[in-house]
Amino acid sequence: MTQEILTETWRHCLLVAGAVGLATAAGVPLGVLLTRRPAWARVVLGAANVLQTIPSLALFGLLIPVPWIGGIGTRTALVALTLYSLLPVLRNTVTGIAGVDPAVREAARGMGMTDRQLLVRVELPLAASVILAGVRLATVIGIGVATIAAAIGAGGLGVFIFRGVAMVDDRTILAGALPAAALAIVADGCLGALERRLRVPR
Amino acid sequence: MALVEFDAATVRVGGTTLLDGLSLAVAEGEALALIGRSGAGKTTALKLVNALVMPTAGTVRVGGTPTRDWDAIRLRRRTGWVIQEGGLLPHLPVARNVALVPELEGWDAARIAARVDALLDLVGLPAPTYGARFPHQLSGGERQRVGVARALAADPPLVLLDEPFGALDPLTRGDLQREFRALQRRLGKTAIFVTHDVREAARVADRLALLDRGRLVAAGTPAELVRSTDGAVRAFLDAGGGLDA
Repeated sequence: MTQEILTETWRHCLLVAGAVGLATAAGVPLGVLLTRRPAWARVVLGAANVLQTIPSLALFGLLIPVPWIGGIGTRTALVALTLYSLLPVLRNTVTGIAGVDPAVREAARGMGMTDRQLLVRVELPLAASVILAGVRLATVIGIGVATIAAAIGAGGLGVFIFRGVAMVDDRTILAGALPAAALAIVADGCLGALERRLRVPR
Repeated sequence: MALVEFDAATVRVGGTTLLDGLSLAVAEGEALALIGRSGAGKTTALKLVNALVMPTAGTVRVGGTPTRDWDAIRLRRRTGWVIQEGGLLPHLPVARNVALVPELEGWDAARIAARVDALLDLVGLPAPTYGARFPHQLSGGERQRVGVARALAADPPLVLLDEPFGALDPLTRGDLQREFRALQRRLGKTAIFVTHDVREAARVADRLALLDRGRLVAAGTPAELVRSTDGAVRAFLDAGGGLDA
């Protein structure tokens, strides 16, 4: 049993890390683009918002019949979790960059920074803690939602929860629920600490 | 020879005229102060020089070349800019703030380090003590000094200063005014100040240019302005507590 718990905890972590990683890789550049094209921001953020409101089990269900990405298994779960993680990352990237003091931005332009240098040297570092807060939220939500991924055969700690419910066995349920809760708390704590380190004092 | 020339420079944004046909020349090595009340167009005039604002009519020439023909990035790196509170990047320590333009210009590390040390000494904030501090760990006066050091980092012939000493207490302010004036003379920089304080203008500049609602009302040395009988000039001088020239 212990070995199985460790295996599923690892699969759970991989699933969430993969999804949050993909969402960050896509969400940060997309968020940056949205700050350059404010007209698109409303549409794209709105769409991400709609995705977020679809109940997780329903989203898994909706994705299963989709060709290429769907089917029963890890791939579908990864896609669903990535979609869920996208909104927090995207929204916080937009908010973080929009929140950079216009005086600082103008000072940087006045020093002769190109748009790219302004982004890399000023806007992203100053928005980093806000963006990371989005990654943190996506991670914590992801760890929770990933328990449901077991329902579509993606494995993870949800395996024990579903099995325990079917067997009406509290110990099996807890074997999934406790590690999942612990993962969420630890991830939240670690990313929170990193976020505070990145915060720029003023 | 004029380093900066405003030639009927006009800036209209939407229906508002921020600057209306400003014509003014700033000679090499000269310190000019643009004075006037809030909304007079002083800052707009200043930003025309480093191409942060483009004239909607007329021309601004720097070194004989219209700003619209300059590569804006190059022009800005050759033009120092000091703003209120220094405009420092809050996430970078003092030394990195000062090193900014040399870094952008791709100087090698040793040359940048030597330059940063020299400049921090110049503004009285020795690098061993201050180099690693962050802007929020400095007083307002210290931030302003760092702002001046940063503006001078790449040794630009021209320095623009927008209300540089506005946020400081009167004593610090007086010190910085004197120091900057001495520095500007010694280094032979051309400087354009923006200030609403006529006494400050007389202390730091050779010549004052009074703007009102986007128009140039008068330009001249402090002594010439004091003798002026123009109503707008008199009103501004008197409101600012007068000038001893």
